[in-house]
Amino acid sequence: MITGNAVPDSRGYYGEFGGRFIPEALVAAIDQLTEFYEKAKVDPEFLAEYDALLRNYAGRPSRLYHAERLSAELGCRVLLKREDLNHTGAHKINNVLGQALLTKKMGKTRVIAETGAGQHGVATATAAALMGLECTVYMGEVDTDRQSLNVARMRLLGAEVVAVRSGSRTLKDAMNEAFRDWVASVDTTHYCIGSVGGPHPFPMLVRDFNSVVGEEARQQCIEQYGGLPDAVLACVGGGSNAIGIFAGFLGDEQVRLYGFEAAGDGAETDRTAATLTKGGVGVLHGSLSYVLQDADGQTLESHSISAGLDYPGVGPEHAYLKQTGRASYLPVTDTEAMDAFRLLCRTEGIIPAIESSHALAGAVRLAKELGPEATLLVNLSGRGDKDVATAGEWFDVIGVTRTT
Amino acid sequence: MTEHRSLSDVFAATREANRAALIGYLPAGFPSRKQSADAFRALVDGGCDIVEVGMPYSDPVMDGPTIQAAATKALADGTKIADLLTIVEAISTHGGVPVVMTYWAPVTRYGVDAFARDLANAGGRGLITPDLIPDEAGEWLVASEQHGLDRIFLVAPSSTDERLAMTTSRCSGFVYAASSMGVTGARDQIGDLAPRLVERTRRVTDLPIGVGLGVRTPEHVREVASYADAVIVGSAFVTAVDHDLRQAGELVTALREATARS
Repeated sequence: MITGNAVPDSRGYYGEFGGRFIPEALVAAIDQLTEFYEKAKVDPEFLAEYDALLRNYAGRPSRLYHAERLSAELGCRVLLKREDLNHTGAHKINNVLGQALLTKKMGKTRVIAETGAGQHGVATATAAALMGLECTVYMGEVDTDRQSLNVARMRLLGAEVVAVRSGSRTLKDAMNEAFRDWVASVDTTHYCIGSVGGPHPFPMLVRDFNSVVGEEARQQCIEQYGGLPDAVLACVGGGSNAIGIFAGFLGDEQVRLYGFEAAGDGAETDRTAATLTKGGVGVLHGSLSYVLQDADGQTLESHSISAGLDYPGVGPEHAYLKQTGRASYLPVTDTEAMDAFRLLCRTEGIIPAIESSHALAGAVRLAKELGPEATLLVNLSGRGDKDVATAGEWFDVIGVTRTT
Repeated sequence: MTEHRSLSDVFAATREANRAALIGYLPAGFPSRKQSADAFRALVDGGCDIVEVGMPYSDPVMDGPTIQAAATKALADGTKIADLLTIVEAISTHGGVPVVMTYWAPVTRYGVDAFARDLANAGGRGLITPDLIPDEAGEWLVASEQHGLDRIFLVAPSSTDERLAMTTSRCSGFVYAASSMGVTGARDQIGDLAPRLVERTRRVTDLPIGVGLGVRTPEHVREVASYADAVIVGSAFVTAVDHDLRQAGELVTALREATARS
């Protein structure tokens, strides 16, 4: 089931944010994608095919889990939406299966993707293998180093991984390179954007494919716990997992929505990725939203310990939700995120993605504010296998053998 | 309202001389902030009818490796919008005809109207916008009208007939036809997409049509000049300027000679 939202309008605007700031060479492909998607989302055959893939291949519905030991630690009820249990280990598979199906319907034979932490790249490589599509994944060189496990996974799945050496050599530069490839190969290639950014219709389409997270979570909350949560929490880089879970609760005004951004060393410092907290309104990668940029409109380099959140832009719908006040966006530092990472490992036996640990850190903070009667629903957007090397280094536990 | 100094005088002159106009591109601040105005003056002196002053940008999705590297160098040297405007003024004072090519992010940050005002005051004739299509250009249409600047939008081989008509109806000065589906950069061949695109574009507009992307040799220029009103050269000039200005000047002159139609 794909559910929509009141936004965007027909031109792809969420209030004043969104749009299509793209080269003319891409307009035909974007128009084609829009047309195919508009038809697909009301086509029972497409929806049945997509739904079957989500259930039989991705492993949906994902569990809603009452984290009792974490709840006891925080002093309120914490529910985890276990997107980490999906095939390939994150919510990213929801969107990619939908876009890969659309790619086939459009008669294209190749997909390209950009990836930061590698979860979207792995998901794209997986869907491409499943559907017999060629696949190239662009990844910043810095990220290929810190996420080498996911690089290996993509290659094992048959994808070509291109390490991007320009700019800050992270996610935004991978996205630039993917756009360049797309301009030159658009006849045969679909650019499978992984977050709710980019030109219209990508922010809408990626949201819709991930809205299954929020729809399921809402129903599970009611069925398993007899009501809606007081707050829904998710991490925000580009914002795809957050928009996915928010989508289920936008109409429930009593449910507060919180997005937690990667503040890196602190939103007040230069080493941060807290776009909605610190950025200004600008254009990046095809849409008008919040961007970390200087007075001349040049994009600033972002920093986060999480490769998946290390991006100086954010999806336009988040900018809209911030502006309308429907959602609140707060910064979480590397240290706070890693403390929450360890807390979940030790209390629940779950190693979360460092991305998701930002939402968990938000729960630690909100629990104090909302008190013992509150129910917090946290989107555990991905599992932390890929982050073990980073976390191991942070906590200094790699290669240490204890002898007696 | 500022007086409209359209590029139409340039194309009237080149038509009169039975040749195509030569348009040369360099990023502002390249090969260094200090030498940038000299590099543009070399393009003007060598025979470029119009010079495209590129605003270097951190995320240039339409640029190939040569121009991206040049823009990165310019940014590393501290090039700002203020430098771009100073260079535009220097070109204009030197007798050249400058237009600016910029991604949309720097303009939105500067302020669309303020940018148009300051560009016009510096002697700029117009703006080429690789990632701004007319569909999103409402604010720019107003500001360019207000400050008398030409709006040069791009058309591509993938543009439908409807889009060619819509886009050219919003253009002034000339129409920028992308010779191929791809990013900037010197190529061995121009390919057969460009003449077809020019022919399709001519059916919907009387504006001059310039062809860019991949043009680097006198042979390319002669080929493009046979069917287009302007030949746009970028990466080849960037490479030449990176070597030395004298060499760049010689290349401009050689390419300018090739614009003549027999």
